[in-house]
Amino acid sequence: MKAPDRTGTFHLAGSAQGPALVLSQALSFWGGINVETGDIIDHSHPNLRGNIAGKILVMPGGRGSSSSSSVLAEAIRRGTAPAGIILERPDPILAVGAIVAEFLYEISMPLVVCEISGIVSGDRIAIDLGEDAQAMVSKL
Amino acid sequence: MSLELNAGDQSMLQGEQDHAAAAAMKILVAVSKAVGARKLLDISGAHIDGCLYHGQASLDFVERLIEGGGRVRVPTTLNVGSFDLIHPGLVKMPAAEEVPARRLMKAHLELGCQATFTCAPYQTRFRPGFGEQIAWGESNAIVFANSVIGARTNRYGDFIDLCCAITGRAPAWGLHLSENRRGQVLFELVGSDPEPSDSLFVAVGLIIGQASSDRIPVISGLPRPRDEDQLKALGAAAATTGAVALFHAVGITPEANTLEEAFHGMGPEETVRITRADLDDALARLSSVADGAPLAAVSLGTPHFSYEEWMRLLPLLREIAPGRGVPIYVNTGRATLARLQDEGALVGMEAFGLVPVADTCTYVTAILERLDGVVMTNSGKWAHYAPGNIGVSVAFGDMEDCVRSAAAGRVVRAAP
Repeated sequence: MKAPDRTGTFHLAGSAQGPALVLSQALSFWGGINVETGDIIDHSHPNLRGNIAGKILVMPGGRGSSSSSSVLAEAIRRGTAPAGIILERPDPILAVGAIVAEFLYEISMPLVVCEISGIVSGDRIAIDLGEDAQAMVSKL
Repeated sequence: MSLELNAGDQSMLQGEQDHAAAAAMKILVAVSKAVGARKLLDISGAHIDGCLYHGQASLDFVERLIEGGGRVRVPTTLNVGSFDLIHPGLVKMPAAEEVPARRLMKAHLELGCQATFTCAPYQTRFRPGFGEQIAWGESNAIVFANSVIGARTNRYGDFIDLCCAITGRAPAWGLHLSENRRGQVLFELVGSDPEPSDSLFVAVGLIIGQASSDRIPVISGLPRPRDEDQLKALGAAAATTGAVALFHAVGITPEANTLEEAFHGMGPEETVRITRADLDDALARLSSVADGAPLAAVSLGTPHFSYEEWMRLLPLLREIAPGRGVPIYVNTGRATLARLQDEGALVGMEAFGLVPVADTCTYVTAILERLDGVVMTNSGKWAHYAPGNIGVSVAFGDMEDCVRSAAAGRVVRAAP
């Protein structure tokens, strides 16, 4: 594995790999995701009909209702959630969903806050634990 | 910058109390770090918006806290659920959904929460006082507590509101801190003195919600409200079209005796003028049908009807005497309903089509008999959400228009 091209802060620590799905706009999980399939169902979103399951979801931030915490936790339980999420801005609502899912199901879906420029959809991305509990994000 | 925990926080975190408190504190610490809080603070109450069933994870979380010996450490009220436990026949739900929906409501009681099941906890005996630190979920309750009462809460929600209740603590950030309660955007009502009509307050709420983004709005020129229910309607509308958690109304709300006080002596970042035309336009957008459209139902009480709102509705029902043809659903808290029943206030009212709904709300679950027609409401919040949630067409009007329309069987509204 080559050196990480960026480091970040974990809202929830873990490691994951997968193809990037980069959203230009923040997505609200509540009302935006079909939790049974991982499909994006928000009709006003440019990535309508995309699917988040198993991806490294990359977006500027979270958005909308606090019910998004429940939807993310439920998606993690069902296996329709992203393999990991990378945000540019901190988001307490998604953090709560990821933290509760780890508490309930011992599934650690990494949630990282870091610079997202230069990542494009389809890039294979790895998230790993670095020294000092930093998040290491690399393109494979 | 790090998070400082006191001895009590540490004790909970290290599992010296119960497993549930340890889990709740762990989640609270993680969230506090995510928002950059420096410490936690004591809360005197909580309101939990966790009784609507969003999937198995909702229920698993509460069950795990029960298994871990969890009890709320502060007086804790509950928001609406998916089910009317007082009128079990009212909600039409498949058994596969009904069982977990009922269990979720009951499970919260096992944690020591109060069986309020209302979105208007500020109109129950658990109403907080000015300056109290609380952790509340439910957008309309949050904005009422902060703005009308002057209590202090952030926009809490799923899971984290319950973690605050279980620990009695909340992250010290945002609206808990005085310096973050300063007004930022000024909305000036212009034109001749507006009448303090119910629809004026709804319209102002819709407009400030839309235009405030994540800034705190200050309203000047608002007429003195008849009662706090008008401010409740304003706040609910503002938290529907936007993310408003606190507004100030100059000369009306407790942290805005003057414009200077509302802005903490600083100037507004932006000033927005609200004209009569803006108000009319905001209200017109709530209705998707024209006057004269045949009516399937009326829905009142979003947020839940207060006792005072009932005292305005019941004389209207007796005076206008609509028949049973168009049901008039009224969402209310079970405590309010019990008081009305004790007083005999609802006797004979079913003849006018009245259907009281408790513990839930007509736009979050399957209550309405007919979803193919037009439903009329006096609630900006209901008018905004119901078309998406339950697929009805909506006409907005004030309480009297709603009752007159029920009597006529079609939408009739007084000339503005």
